[in-house]
Amino acid sequence: MDLNFLDFEQPIADMQAKIDELRRVGFDNEINISEEIAKLEEKSRKLTESVFTSLTAWQISQLSRHPQRLYTLDYIELIFEDFHELHGDRTFADDPAIVGGLAKLEGTPVMIIGHQKGRDTKDKIFRNFGMPRPEGYRKALRLMKLAERFKLPIICLIDTPGAYPGINAEERGQSEAIARNLFEMATLKTPIICTVIGEGGSGGALAIGVGDRLMMLQYSTYSVISPEGCASILWKSADKAELAAEAMGITSDRLLGLSLIDEIIPEPLGGCHRDREKTAEHLASALKRSLAELNAVSLETLLEKRYQKLMSYGVFEEANPG
Amino acid sequence: MSWFHKLVPSKIRTEASTKGTIPEGLWSKCPSCNAILYRSEVDRHQSVCAKCGHHMRLSARKRLHAFLDPGNRMELAESLVSVDVLKFKDSKKYKDRLLQAQKASGEKDALIVVAGHLEGRPLVAAAFNFEFMGGSMGSVVGERFVRGVNHCVDHRVPLVVFSASGGARMQESLLSLFQMAKTSAALARMAKAGVPFISVMTDPTMGGVSASLAMLGDINIGEPGALIGFAGPRVIEQTVREKLPEGFQRSEFLLDHGAIDMIVDRREMRTTIASLLAHLMADTGAPYTDDQRLMLSPAEDSQNAH
Repeated sequence: MDLNFLDFEQPIADMQAKIDELRRVGFDNEINISEEIAKLEEKSRKLTESVFTSLTAWQISQLSRHPQRLYTLDYIELIFEDFHELHGDRTFADDPAIVGGLAKLEGTPVMIIGHQKGRDTKDKIFRNFGMPRPEGYRKALRLMKLAERFKLPIICLIDTPGAYPGINAEERGQSEAIARNLFEMATLKTPIICTVIGEGGSGGALAIGVGDRLMMLQYSTYSVISPEGCASILWKSADKAELAAEAMGITSDRLLGLSLIDEIIPEPLGGCHRDREKTAEHLASALKRSLAELNAVSLETLLEKRYQKLMSYGVFEEANPG
Repeated sequence: MSWFHKLVPSKIRTEASTKGTIPEGLWSKCPSCNAILYRSEVDRHQSVCAKCGHHMRLSARKRLHAFLDPGNRMELAESLVSVDVLKFKDSKKYKDRLLQAQKASGEKDALIVVAGHLEGRPLVAAAFNFEFMGGSMGSVVGERFVRGVNHCVDHRVPLVVFSASGGARMQESLLSLFQMAKTSAALARMAKAGVPFISVMTDPTMGGVSASLAMLGDINIGEPGALIGFAGPRVIEQTVREKLPEGFQRSEFLLDHGAIDMIVDRREMRTTIASLLAHLMADTGAPYTDDQRLMLSPAEDSQNAH
């Protein structure tokens, strides 16, 4: 399988190429070199381990945008049953950058909503690279209200570079669409579980990110602005994205340390794309556990806890007056 | 520089720049029509150009001073200050940027919240200081906003907010993004309590502030010519690679597209908002909440319906 190795994974890629080469030779000559291959594979695994134990924020940012990363529809296929996609905001259009619909998680009906990126060029353009327009957020809100009425828990999967910065998106009220979702989600009368599965890009991510639980996959990122955007504003050069990524603390471990997220969902060695089933399993068990915990409290408690959680965001000091 | 200038030795050359010669504090120039205006006249008109009506940027302190009735004011959460929890450093340390902004503006952070009165009606008014790190929203702005909202709910008085902000404060990273959720949640609770919120968007109201508290007014007002939007015009131009339409993201554009209720001249702001609040709050005080309506007897309820 072509694993689409990233720049920092080059040593692993070289090793893998060697293994593949040996396999080909062995296959052609019917010589038994399986022992050699096993040795090399063990070496490759160790190398991967050492590369992945000291990843920089910028490397993790690249992993979060990996071309083979699992997207919302992948998780829907791997984790959920009976998915019925629901389309449209009932006002203007259907936004393919956000998908949503009814599904079952181990038999329990839920509403699932998530950003969706495209895999090939055509699909990427169709999905607008996972950048929603106002109708995407309005569709998401419509589905959330539907879930509220029928007492379905809501599961949101976050994976977007950000809201689409386009003329028509502004004309149709991008700001209002995002703000309205934040406003409504704060008091929505059903459990909401949010998980960042890839890129958590700014307001475009937050617009489906307010809830009772906030989790992140290990190699996902969540930030107020992309490292490139931050670098071009504060360092006056997008080339300093690496520094910006480090400074902003966009990785799951930094954010857990700041108590801004509740839980990190571990990924297989090398990232989620190395073992799709295992990743899906981890996500599924975290979702089920969260759901059980949230279902165990009364609606009143749920909403009060959500409110207190939102109010707890922020670090400040009371200076001595005068 | 003219050929004549070059002839004069630099030692005896005096710079005859046109911009720098206007004494600070006496005159000022309208950035829109270039009219030279008396400083005191500009102040009297709340920084609106008497010649062309251009609305210049106004500091939070001056704005609240002009908007509220004189006297009987109490600033809320004024002692809160930012903490550099990420130890953020770009070309400068966040700590130093904060100190610099505090020195330049005389304020501790970018939002000022004051409980006061408007034409005798008690309310809370808040204003963003664009001079303070671009009016950016971090933890202190979010917390001050929420305390203002809480005061409104506790005392059943309306909230008026004047936004002027580039958006979330990058130096506080995700903490600042989450202020969008925090302020919006506080407004959701206030809406359920039946207390009105009037949002006034001034130049500029962008990014995370626009996409949270600013767009959530029960009534949204724009000042004339204010830039209001989510993504900045430069970012959009780079993305779509086409020229932006005339007047794009200005108040007038937003009015046309249904994003705001009205455009109000700064000099009419007091009377307009006082009148709006008088409608929203009738003369019995706040509108009924669901709970209060249940307590009314059917007879009273039908009387009120007439």
